Amino acid sequence: MSKLRVVHYINQFYGGVGGEEKADYRPELRPGKHGPGMALSQQFGDEAEIVATVVCGDGYFNENVDEALAAILKMVEEYKPHVFVAGPAFNAGRYGMACGAVCKAVSEKFDIPAVTAMYGENPGVDSFRSAVYILETGDSAAAMRKAAPALAGFALKLAKGEEVGMPCCEGYFTRGIRKNVFVEERGSKRAVSMLLKKLKGEEFETEYPMPVFDNVEPNPAVADMSKATVALVTSGGIVPKTNPDRIESSSASKFGKYDIEKEARFTIHNSETAHGGYDPVYANNDANRVLPLDVMRDLEKEGIIGKLYRYYYTTVGNGTSVANARAFAADIGAQLKNDGVQAVILTST
Amino acid sequence: MVKEIERAGIPVVHVCTVVPISLTVGANRIVPAVAIPYPLGNPALEAGEEKKLRRKLVEKSLRALQTEVTGQTVFED
Repeated sequence: MSKLRVVHYINQFYGGVGGEEKADYRPELRPGKHGPGMALSQQFGDEAEIVATVVCGDGYFNENVDEALAAILKMVEEYKPHVFVAGPAFNAGRYGMACGAVCKAVSEKFDIPAVTAMYGENPGVDSFRSAVYILETGDSAAAMRKAAPALAGFALKLAKGEEVGMPCCEGYFTRGIRKNVFVEERGSKRAVSMLLKKLKGEEFETEYPMPVFDNVEPNPAVADMSKATVALVTSGGIVPKTNPDRIESSSASKFGKYDIEKEARFTIHNSETAHGGYDPVYANNDANRVLPLDVMRDLEKEGIIGKLYRYYYTTVGNGTSVANARAFAADIGAQLKNDGVQAVILTST
Repeated sequence: MVKEIERAGIPVVHVCTVVPISLTVGANRIVPAVAIPYPLGNPALEAGEEKKLRRKLVEKSLRALQTEVTGQTVFED
């Protein structure tokens, strides 16, 4: 029997092209297996083989989604795979977004099953979990040893057209799909036993978990910008030159608050970026490209805004946990409110 | 982060390049930016032109902050 055909998607880093300086790499088709595809292939054994690998820069993909997808779909079409695999992306946000989007597009366009894998806090999970299978991994490539066999095993299952079990058993994120199944006990009995367990304080598992909606209502618009104090906040890691507080380049444990009252603009001499998740050259040369201090000063002088708040707040959004980001911003928000700030411009890279 | 600042009671505009991420994290006022490593710039432009581009984005952000919204809104051109 001939082997099942797999096409694999990876980013420029795993493709061996380069790091952030190569994030603008355009989609490239390579025959055979590359990078993490080696580990997947070991698991595939004689049953399947990676016939081609698509390599694409995370920056290019996310900045040119439509063009990138069109090019990638064309590449995949040539190979007519039985299953499409992307990643694993771990906690790399842009890579996770790309893996999710590519899997979704491939499965919709060609009706081919697709699977990717990433860490639970990767924004790719919430964006694409309902559309594609996303297996859960650890947060860094250190988890590859566990992730690769799981991903390969699941892909093989899809390629063979075997039945996929529940999310909890298979290790993928819930997709919000409801499935009718027959069980021994009728609903009323199950509900009462659940209630009894709950009353006794015992563990029980609901059959219908409630979705968590945590959207915050938008605040009213600023009525008179010419009287408003506006603050600048960024997750792009702009810090004073030498990064005095040593904000981490990835997985930040803190944020910085810096006085800019006497600064007219950011320059190569007074600022840089601490962020390790994008090519830092442009921000190091001119941090106004990430946090527009120069323009805000002009607008302040011209009376278009009342005042630029005296401090700016900054952290690095690269792999930073949601819990940390939430805590930083709750603290920042309280300080800004306390100081009478009426509007915030938050920039992200 | 945008969500927590909004929760503190201050209107906030998120200027970012990957709009789908901004939508996923729950920003209400979103202004699409230029590129990931330079959201408010473009190193290919001459300095004066680059600053003009930046000013346009900041002005759009201020407009977003002065616009009433009822849910997540992306401010395209």
